[in-house]
Amino acid sequence: MSNITMVEAVSLALSHELENDKDVVVLGEDVGINGGVFRATSGLAQKFGENRVIDTPLAEAMIAGMTVGMATQGLKPVAEAQFLGFIFPMFEQIVCHAARMRNRTRGRLTCPLVIRAPFGGGIHAPEHHSESIESMFAHTPGLRVVIPSSPTRAYGLLLAAIRDPDPVLFLEPKRIYRLNKEEVIDDGEELPLDMCFELREGNDITLVTWGSMVKETLEAADQLATQGISAEVIDVATVSPLDMDTILESVKKTGRCVIIQEAVQHCSVGSEIAAGLADKGLYSLIAPVKRVSGYDVIMPLFKLEKKYMPSVERILMAVNKIMEVS
Amino acid sequence: MTTVASFNVKYIQYLSPSGELVGDSVPDIAKNFDHIKSLYETMVMTRVFDAKAISLQRTGKLGTYASSLGHEAVHVGIGSAMQYEDVFAPSYREYGVQLVRGVKMSEILLYWGGDERGSNFSGPPHDFAWCVPIATQNTHAAGAALAFKLRKEARCTVSVIGDGGSSKGDFLEAINAASAFKLPMVFVIINNGWAISVPRKKQSSGQTLAQKGIAGGLPSIQVDGNDLLAVHHEIKKALDKARNGEGATVIEAITYRLGDHTTADDASRYRPDEEVENAKRFEPILRIRQYLMDNNQWSVQQENQLMDKCALRVEQAVKEYQSASKLPVTDMFDYMYAELPHDLAEQRAFALSLEDNTVNGGEK
Repeated sequence: MSNITMVEAVSLALSHELENDKDVVVLGEDVGINGGVFRATSGLAQKFGENRVIDTPLAEAMIAGMTVGMATQGLKPVAEAQFLGFIFPMFEQIVCHAARMRNRTRGRLTCPLVIRAPFGGGIHAPEHHSESIESMFAHTPGLRVVIPSSPTRAYGLLLAAIRDPDPVLFLEPKRIYRLNKEEVIDDGEELPLDMCFELREGNDITLVTWGSMVKETLEAADQLATQGISAEVIDVATVSPLDMDTILESVKKTGRCVIIQEAVQHCSVGSEIAAGLADKGLYSLIAPVKRVSGYDVIMPLFKLEKKYMPSVERILMAVNKIMEVS
Repeated sequence: MTTVASFNVKYIQYLSPSGELVGDSVPDIAKNFDHIKSLYETMVMTRVFDAKAISLQRTGKLGTYASSLGHEAVHVGIGSAMQYEDVFAPSYREYGVQLVRGVKMSEILLYWGGDERGSNFSGPPHDFAWCVPIATQNTHAAGAALAFKLRKEARCTVSVIGDGGSSKGDFLEAINAASAFKLPMVFVIINNGWAISVPRKKQSSGQTLAQKGIAGGLPSIQVDGNDLLAVHHEIKKALDKARNGEGATVIEAITYRLGDHTTADDASRYRPDEEVENAKRFEPILRIRQYLMDNNQWSVQQENQLMDKCALRVEQAVKEYQSASKLPVTDMFDYMYAELPHDLAEQRAFALSLEDNTVNGGEK
């Protein structure tokens, strides 16, 4: 058992699977001796050798395409996209091949691969390093999109993602890579995909979120408690396929819902959840569903990035507004 | 000034358009007439099949179809040089390769007839399916080759690309990866002169397309893609080398697209008839037949028997295609994931319920 950060938990899960499954291979730019630009693969090349932890040429489409090729031939490759903002050359391979291979060949060839990518704002990074574009992938049938929000969940969900027989995009909110430490037992126990995690029980309102926004949402829930408002907090974790049932069940109890996401609002995962509530949860609701999102703008460079990102204050404003409705 | 590196690209032809052995050496296959005859038969079968597929499309019995007319030597040459355990990464018109590797004509028709089951074919189960996004298959082949290398398996991959596709980054990135990782693979650029309506000269001002491989650090050659002997021999040589751990090769095979790009295309809009007529003088089937006849290995009678056999086999394939079982609506859901996610299961059940309800437009 050790007290570790989320990025260390990622590394621990990779190490566990490299150790226990000879078909697992880690590849990407700078993942070898350097251990990745965020140190997510730190020490792995030294421990498992350069045939298991592979530094690739700097070519994202090639990394994704080769990952697809390796996966179809029985390996379980875990590729790193150095930042989500650089995933676009990989987009074609992920959408046109990884997500479609099983269906295209009626199960003859499959893609048990993982593509990991650090994402999200809040670390004063240059352009293209801070966007939250999970909905672009959530819109693609055949993919899983998984976002951890703590060391424990990063460890358990990444194990599950690597073992999953289908392609998984594993998006790591880098703002919380080193936010806090948790006791993580390296027992190889995975956590379930396709399921929300209830992080806090409450009766008055449901706060639905994922990734780095779990931090602000839990802080908001603490403050609401001092106002006498009991908030239930749900971490979606797998944003596609979406576990609407857990959210609907919670809203049935609370009658109110605010969705908090770092991504731009238009056509977002938050919009899909709101639509799901309109479709199947309308009669449970006593107030409108609110989304607290990034604005529908280009992610600003870091002078304005804090203003872009949803804050505890903005979450509280949304909650207080719908708590007025009765 | 010093020259730090210099390169050349060799052009290889063993059989002239009139069917005579030319060049400095004679490849092994040139004297193996039984082998040549069997490959010749597959080339003819491919062509008869191709004509039938086009006529099926014209009469509404097949969807859009990409013809392989004129590519028979390069396709059969690739297929015959590969081993079963190797992996082929096609684009979408290399039927000659696939027929050699055991894919059924009925399965090719099934695919172009709008049925995914065609891609779950009888050829090697590790082969890739048809790949429509241009050049993306090159990196798949590189990934498969890396898998073989890591597992120390004596297997290779072959991926193809057209002259148009050689302009794409994926192709160049795959070449670069094959060079950096020293992968057991062969890239074949099937230069048929046209990328839909854009001629070869508009793709690149480079003298050859093979030289793109040299830029990536791979030995690269040109072969006469209408010369079965040259294609087979050079690809086999490259595969032997790759299997020996000596890395990848780029082979530009020069051929000509005698047909339209697909049945949805009309090449007469952009391509002069004279060019096509001229290209027919160099086409691949005539010369290999001439070679067999000149060596007393083939007769008019054998030719007639072969044509009858091809017609019969193609008719059988069409019958198999047309008698394929009905595709259930659930099929589009059942291969999305290993296990159907909850919400998708609901949609599947809904789609299935429409099947019993003709009022809602479902089919009985």
